[in-house]
Amino acid sequence: MTAAPAHAAPALTTHAGPSALGFGRLLRAEWTKITSVRSTLWSLFAFVVVAVGFSVLVSAVISHDWNAPGNHPNHARLLTDPTEVIFGTGFGLGQLAICVLGVMVITTEYSTGAIRASLLAVPKRIPMLAAKAVVWVVLDLIVSTITVFAVFFLSTAILRSHVDVTLGEPGVLKATIGGILYLGVLGLFALAVGGLVRHTAAGILIVLGMVLVVPPLVSLIPGTIANHIHGYLPTVAGALVAQTTQQSGDVLSGWQGFGVFCLWTAVLLAACGWLLVRRDA
Amino acid sequence: MAEAQGLIEARDLVKVYGDKVAVDHLSFTVEPGRVTGFLGPNGAGKSTTMRLICGLDRPQSGTATIGGLTYAQLPRPLSTVGALLESRALHPGRSARNHLLFLAQTQGFPAQRVDEVLDLVGLREVARKRVGGFSLGMTQRLGIAAAMLGDPAVLLLDEPVNGLDPEGIRWVRTFMQTIAGEGRTVFVSSHLMSEMAVTADHLIVIGRGHLIAESSTQDFIQRSSERSVLVRTPQADRLATLIAGAGGTATPEAAATPANGGGAGADPRTPGLIVTGLEAPRIGELAASESIVLYELTPRLASLEEAFMELTADSVEYGDRASRAVRGAEPTPQPAGRSMP
Repeated sequence: MTAAPAHAAPALTTHAGPSALGFGRLLRAEWTKITSVRSTLWSLFAFVVVAVGFSVLVSAVISHDWNAPGNHPNHARLLTDPTEVIFGTGFGLGQLAICVLGVMVITTEYSTGAIRASLLAVPKRIPMLAAKAVVWVVLDLIVSTITVFAVFFLSTAILRSHVDVTLGEPGVLKATIGGILYLGVLGLFALAVGGLVRHTAAGILIVLGMVLVVPPLVSLIPGTIANHIHGYLPTVAGALVAQTTQQSGDVLSGWQGFGVFCLWTAVLLAACGWLLVRRDA
Repeated sequence: MAEAQGLIEARDLVKVYGDKVAVDHLSFTVEPGRVTGFLGPNGAGKSTTMRLICGLDRPQSGTATIGGLTYAQLPRPLSTVGALLESRALHPGRSARNHLLFLAQTQGFPAQRVDEVLDLVGLREVARKRVGGFSLGMTQRLGIAAAMLGDPAVLLLDEPVNGLDPEGIRWVRTFMQTIAGEGRTVFVSSHLMSEMAVTADHLIVIGRGHLIAESSTQDFIQRSSERSVLVRTPQADRLATLIAGAGGTATPEAAATPANGGGAGADPRTPGLIVTGLEAPRIGELAASESIVLYELTPRLASLEEAFMELTADSVEYGDRASRAVRGAEPTPQPAGRSMP
């Protein structure tokens, strides 16, 4: 390595405006951060591939076996709750990539020590967290919107010869947009958990546990109280908005459930911000 | 750059981690325009103090201000303080340029500034390489580039030469002196007295979170270097008696360790005496008055490192690790003592 001349740094050629730490600057900085690491690219790639791949696969199998002998519960559900059949499998798996990336967006700052550089630049801390959350949810929503509509149009095209599902049917557009919103809030939920535990593996474990493990366990408990607890679990409540029609066992309506999910996420984000300011970095 | 902007003041700082007191009622001032060394053994609280100044950790009590403001109150922090902390503060998967770019964006600096500081530290060619592959020297240079992004009035450097090769050490030294020469505040920590002796103009010495000394480097060396005289004579016993009578202390050379120069030029036939408390001319006069033959009369300064070790001997955090391990106890740090001079 060659020695650089140890002369003084040239003074800043351009001076910034009066508002020292405008929020726009923090958004740009967070955008640079999130787009300059490979984990972002790979997680979003995994999300798109899994969501599109499995959804198309399921639709293709249903279409192929349409006239095969035997019981076809999916046929009836395609008429009552088509979005559940179209999105269920692909996004049930694909959402895990959103959970992982949501956690990592904040925990890798702690595991690598980059958080110290971030907080030296933004010592008030809360604006940094807010900018991070905004940038991440916008990226999440952009990718989710493209993926959800791609899956919808691919799957309905495959199934068209048997059943015609369009966005114009009652509840279908609401459920499709609901699915996108669910993926956005899920990303923030994961980020909040990551910011609370500040550890990648622990954060991913907790979020995946809340998505995959806790709901089926709670639903095993008999009784109406357990049924209500199950209905108010963050991702169970949140996913209701992606249904075309209300199901008989649902404790909450679609938008009520989404509200409950938003409330969970807001409380966790607030706790995350509260601790971020109080804890040593 | 206003003079007052670069003044660092620590007032009665206290930081406790669990039951370990890292910084214990520490107060000092760091002036602009010179390199101030922050010296202490490992575990003395240097890094913690740096983190308190930067607002990364919150003190239990006391304040640390830069130009009268706490770090969080600085309107555009990177334009006032540039910090290179000891622990890594980089995502290894990010390129050097993107690391500096996001920092610049938080402050509203133009992207062109990133190229300027990359040139300053000589990392232009590797700017788009991921920093995970950087050598320690390159990582330190990138840290200094990040610190210099905002053309700051204050530079905080925590053990900047740790693990660097001689070339890197020389670069950092020259850099710090140049920066201080421009009227900026340079506050640099080290656990090596010898490093500080050649770099720092002023010293703040701590041990176990307490202030031990605060003075110019020159004064510190003068005061803490114990003067002694090596005397070699065939009539050592008689001379020792005379020296004791004159108020000095004579100890046989064998008691001295090679580390402090005791073994240098030792002649096995005429063992030397290490005399303290008397100057060389006075010892010569004493010998002459009794017609004692002297083979050697050499005034010596104790090495800086030795002086520093002695000064901080009571405050070495992990010095007792071996004996505690023998007793089977956890090598947990003892509560900070109050036996400091």
